[in-house]
Amino acid sequence: MFITARTMRSPAVVRASRVAQAVLAIVFVVLALSEIGLAVNGIFLGSVLALGAVGITLVFGVMRFANIAHGDMMTMGAYVAFFLLVSVLPEHTGLGPFTFGFPLLIAIPVSMAAVAALAVGMDVLVFRRLRLRRANIVTIEIASLGLAIAIRGFVQMIWDTPVRYFPNEGRQHFSLPADISIAPNHLFVSGAALVLAIALHLLLTRTKQGKAMRATSDNADLARASGIDTDRVLLWTWGIAGALAGAAGVLLVIFNATSQLKPTMGFQLLVPLFAAVVVGGIGNPYGAFLGAMLIGISMEVSTAWALPTYKPAIAFTVMVIVLLFRPRGILGSKD
Amino acid sequence: MLEFLTGFAILVGVYSVFTLGLNVHWGYTGLFNIGVAGFFALGAYTASLLVIRPPQSDQVDDYLFAGDLANRLDALPVIGALDLWFVVALAGAALVAAMVALVIGTITIRLRGDYLAIATLGIAESVRLVFLNERWLSNGSKGLYTIPRVFDGIVSPQDYDRVYLVVVLVVFALMFAVVRALVHSPWGRVLRAIREDEVTAEASGKHVFRFKLQAFVLGAVIMGIGGALYAFDLRAISPSAFTPLLGTFIIWAMLVVGGSGRLYSPVVGALIVWGIWSGSQFLPDPLGSPHVRYFSVGALVVLVLMYAPDGITPEVLRIRDRWLARWRPRRVAANE
Repeated sequence: MFITARTMRSPAVVRASRVAQAVLAIVFVVLALSEIGLAVNGIFLGSVLALGAVGITLVFGVMRFANIAHGDMMTMGAYVAFFLLVSVLPEHTGLGPFTFGFPLLIAIPVSMAAVAALAVGMDVLVFRRLRLRRANIVTIEIASLGLAIAIRGFVQMIWDTPVRYFPNEGRQHFSLPADISIAPNHLFVSGAALVLAIALHLLLTRTKQGKAMRATSDNADLARASGIDTDRVLLWTWGIAGALAGAAGVLLVIFNATSQLKPTMGFQLLVPLFAAVVVGGIGNPYGAFLGAMLIGISMEVSTAWALPTYKPAIAFTVMVIVLLFRPRGILGSKD
Repeated sequence: MLEFLTGFAILVGVYSVFTLGLNVHWGYTGLFNIGVAGFFALGAYTASLLVIRPPQSDQVDDYLFAGDLANRLDALPVIGALDLWFVVALAGAALVAAMVALVIGTITIRLRGDYLAIATLGIAESVRLVFLNERWLSNGSKGLYTIPRVFDGIVSPQDYDRVYLVVVLVVFALMFAVVRALVHSPWGRVLRAIREDEVTAEASGKHVFRFKLQAFVLGAVIMGIGGALYAFDLRAISPSAFTPLLGTFIIWAMLVVGGSGRLYSPVVGALIVWGIWSGSQFLPDPLGSPHVRYFSVGALVVLVLMYAPDGITPEVLRIRDRWLARWRPRRVAANE
C-alpha cells in the first residue's frame, strides 16, 4: 500500500532508472520501426484494446476495483450483435471495402445500449448492495469474477460453445509500400474506436456529467461534499463503460480476419486489457488509451520472433517491465 | 457408485488443498491471487516431468525433456510406506511453485492489491501458454500421460483409487496441521493484522512486505503440492485443465462458499462446490449441461457474497454444535 510503495531512492538510483527507461523506449521504437507492418497492425489491435481498457479504467476511477467481468461484457456485446445480424436485421454483407454489411452499423449502437444496460443492472443488483454493506474492495472484485463466469455461462446456455461467425464475405487487403498490408475492416475498427474516444473525451471535458465523473474519480469524498450526486455518477460510469465494452466486443469480432465469435473471447483478452490499464496508469482514461497502443504494438511486433499464441504473455511481460520502473504506470497519478 | 464416490472424494481432497493454499493467501493475509491455475499447473507439470520418461518416441516426436525419477528411485525400497519418488515429486512441485511465487511476489506485493491480482492472472495465463506451446517440454495440447501410480506393483490397479484417497487425505492432513499451527502462531496473528489494517501493522513495527511475501510463498507451495496430487490422481494432464475457469475460479468459489479466513472452510467449500459441480451432470438435460453449471456456480458465488459474506461454514458449525448438544450436552454447555 502507500507506505511500502513510497520507498526512498537515492539520486543515483533515480538516474539509473531514467537511463534504463530511455533505453527501453528506444528499443521499443526501433523494434516497432523494424517491423513496421506488424506495428501498424498493432495500432489496430491497440484501438480495440483501448475501448475495453478505457471502460475498466473509468470504473476503477470511481469504484477503486478492477472489473474482471469486463471481458465477458465484451463477449456479451459481440453475441448481442450476432443475434441481431443473424435473426433480426436484413442479410447484407460486403459494404464498400468491408467484409460486413450495413446491418452492423445498426447492431453496434444496439449492442452498446444492451451492454450498458447490463452494466447498470450489475451495479444496481450486486455492486451497490455490496457497497452499502461496506464490503471490502476485493470482495467486490470477487463478485465481479463471479459475474464474469455467470455471464459466460449465460452466453453458452443460449448460443452454445462452438465458434460462430458474423455474416461476412472475403475482401482484398490494401497494399502499401514497405510490406504494409491493411485489412479494410481494421481501418473501420480504428476509425470507430477513434470516434468513440473523441466522444468520450468531449463528454469528460465539456459536459457537467463528465466533469462530475472526473471529480468523483479524483476524490469521491470531496466530490460528494461539493454536492455531486456520486451514486448517479457511478451509474453513468457503468453505463459508459458498458457501452464501450459492447462496441469493443463487436469490433473485436470484425477485427478478426474470419469474423469469429466464441464464448471465451472476452475473458481471454483480460490479460492484455489489464496490462493496458496498468501500463497507462490505472484510473486514467488517457493513460489507458496510450497503454492499449503500447500493448497492442508490442503484441503484434512480438509475432516476428515469438509464436502468436504467446501474445497475452508478451502483454503481461511488457506490463511487468513497465511496473518495475514506473510502479504507477506511464501517466499514473501520485495517488 | 462406490468408485464414483472414491473418485469424487479424491478430487474433493485435492481441491481442499488448493483452497487451503488460497485461504492462506486471501483468507488470512488478504492477498488477492486470481492465478491459482498457474501454481496448480506448475505443480502438476513439475511433478510429472520429474517422474516419467518420455512416452514412446514414435507417438510423440518432439518431446525431449523428462526426468526419470520413477525408474531410478524404483530400485530403492519403499521408505516409510511411501514411494520415494512420490515424495521427491511433491517436493519438486513445491520448490518450483515457491520460486515463481518469490519472483512474482517480490515485484508486485509492494504495489496495490489489484496489481497482484492482475499479475497473478498474467502469470497463470503465461504458464498455461508455455505448457501449451513448448512441445519439447510438455507435449503441447496433448499433455503428459503414462504418469505412474503411487505404490505401483504393491497395490493392484483396481484398488489404486482407494489407496490414493488415503494418500491425498494424509498429505492434506499434514498441510492442514501446518497451516493450523502457523495461523495460531504469532506469525499468523501478524498476517491477520495485515489483512485487517496494513498501515496499523506497519506502524506497529511489522515488516509488512516480508510477512506478505512469506504468506504468498507458503500458499503457492500448498497449491503446487495440490497440483502434484492432481497429476497423480488423473495420471494424465493437459493445458486444458488449467484454464482460469477450472483452475482458478472454481477454487475461489470453494473459498467464498466455505467462508474465507476460517480453518475448516476449504473442506466445507470444496465439498459443496465440487458436489454441485460434479453432481449436476446427473440432472436431466437442460439443467445438467456444463453451461448451466458455469452460470449457476458464478451466480452462487455472487449470492453468497451478497447474503452470507462469512460463507456457509459458520452455519455448518452451528448445525454440528446443535447435534453435539443433543448427544453431549455438558461439554457444549462448558464451552459456552
